[in-house]
Amino acid sequence: MVLRYNIFRLFLSFLLSISAITFLAAQEHGATPAPASNTEHHVVDSAGANHSTEMHADVDHNSAHAEGGHEEEPFSPGETALHHIADANSFHIFGDVYMPLPCFLYAPNFGWTIISSTSKFDAHHHGTGTKAIDGYVMEHGEVKRVNDESFPKGEVMIGEFSHVKDTTGGKEKVTSFIEYQGKTYQLDKKTTWDGGLMGGGTTSYYDFSITKNVFTLLLTFFFLIFILTKAAKAYATRPNQAPRGIQGFIEPIYIFIRDEVAKPMIGPKYEKYMPYLLSAFFFILGLNLIGQIPFFPGSANVTGNISITIVLAIITFIIVNLSGNKHYWEHTLWMPGVPSVLKILILTPVEILGIFLKPFTLLLRLFANITAGHIVIISFVSLIFIFGKAGESIGGSTVGAVISVPLTLFMLAIELLVAFLQAFIFTMLSASYIGAAIEEPHHH
Amino acid sequence: MLFLADFSVIRPEPGLLFWMTLIFLVFWFIMSKVAFKPIATALKKREEDIQEALDQAKKAREEMANLQSQNEALLKQAREERAKILKEATETKDSIINEAKNKAKEEATKVISSAKLEIDNQKNLAMAEVKSQAGLLAIQIAEKVLRKELSSNAEQVNYANNLVKEIKLN
Repeated sequence: MVLRYNIFRLFLSFLLSISAITFLAAQEHGATPAPASNTEHHVVDSAGANHSTEMHADVDHNSAHAEGGHEEEPFSPGETALHHIADANSFHIFGDVYMPLPCFLYAPNFGWTIISSTSKFDAHHHGTGTKAIDGYVMEHGEVKRVNDESFPKGEVMIGEFSHVKDTTGGKEKVTSFIEYQGKTYQLDKKTTWDGGLMGGGTTSYYDFSITKNVFTLLLTFFFLIFILTKAAKAYATRPNQAPRGIQGFIEPIYIFIRDEVAKPMIGPKYEKYMPYLLSAFFFILGLNLIGQIPFFPGSANVTGNISITIVLAIITFIIVNLSGNKHYWEHTLWMPGVPSVLKILILTPVEILGIFLKPFTLLLRLFANITAGHIVIISFVSLIFIFGKAGESIGGSTVGAVISVPLTLFMLAIELLVAFLQAFIFTMLSASYIGAAIEEPHHH
Repeated sequence: MLFLADFSVIRPEPGLLFWMTLIFLVFWFIMSKVAFKPIATALKKREEDIQEALDQAKKAREEMANLQSQNEALLKQAREERAKILKEATETKDSIINEAKNKAKEEATKVISSAKLEIDNQKNLAMAEVKSQAGLLAIQIAEKVLRKELSSNAEQVNYANNLVKEIKLN
């Protein structure tokens, strides 16, 4: 009975908090005024907005169009979700409150620019700054750079942001522009190493800032160091006693990784690989779980960012191939007992491909699972805004909340499972690849 | 479809790659030294200790069982000993009693026989005395009678004759 009562209370408080968020958000969106009443904060905004409505008519006819302020855009759950899962240079807490973070920016033709805090961009609304520093500006919490030698260095006030959507060749690409002293400058996004395949590419600068994701990485790093050190100390101070406190959490995981993952997958030489497997497991689990917390300092989609999973997969790749013994390489490159023609034409190319595909699937699996989870949860929460017409209808919001809360609750439960599962799968597969690489030959 | 172009999480970013590599490698390094190796050693030691304790308990149990059977054997032996001793004691007691009885009987018989002998002796003695007294008395009486009866010569001769006659009869 007590348990049922507690679950009921939990559910009720969850429902209430979601409703509270709904109404807060509704108010915020509701307060977003028509361009005329916005003059106080965004004088330039209203001008831009008019401009935008003008240009909006051309959208369907032209491949490119410019947009003004974001306030007029209808609520888009897809865009919201993608904005939430993306990395950012400042950490959104609530409303227009952002946690400022330091920026380390490098432009090859300019040098390093270090900005101690993103608050220097002087953002008033939606994390979009009103100042440029050394040609860097902030839009929606994301730092961008004016790629123009004539743009002044140092701090300057900037004007309105505008966007051009390019849909030529079936690919859509949105480019941002800013206005400064009557002139429009194009903004570069930070360099990404996707070779232009995913809509990024090498641009005029690199961003090594402490972003939202890096902040979460550091948070997880210190949190894990704290609890693991505490557990390790407990073993030192109370040797040979039953586990207590945090040991009770660490020990089952440790024993699980050792007895169910490392020993069966790697074999007798498992001890050498335990620190990596445990580091990977605890780090992924920690990041997954912190990402599940729907508010600051959680919510960052770190393991759902391919850069993070690439690093982990590359480390597994390096360990596997450095550990590979003669038996492994023989079976990969020149499989005994198979005709040479088959080996050259099929087997060896496939095996070499496999060396790279294994870590690739590893990084893709973790990335896709976590990102998908975040998107689904945000989409369910978005139901509130869809039903509430982005804050115009309180009744609609309520209906949305009633539908959204059980769905979100369900998804959060699934995601909790996924958080453990993906950490486990990554560790398990890493261990199995290592095991395959160091396996001693059997005499059949 | 503004957002499709904005699926930024799929683009590898140099900054994130750098920070993740740095943070993860540091985490891995520090944790192997500070946490994972000590925990591994501690758990291994504890598992060994538990195994050892279990083995020792098993050994102790076996020893206990051994001791118990030994104790039982000892007890059994002791009981047998006691029974034996008791039996022997009973036997000794009986024999002592019998012996004492026999001795007493013997003694009694001895006493009785010696008493009988004494009595016989005394009786004989007494008889002898009585006989001698009676003889004396008879002699005295006979003297007195003779004196009275043999006051005349005739009677003396007669008597002498009778006596002679009696002798001849023998």
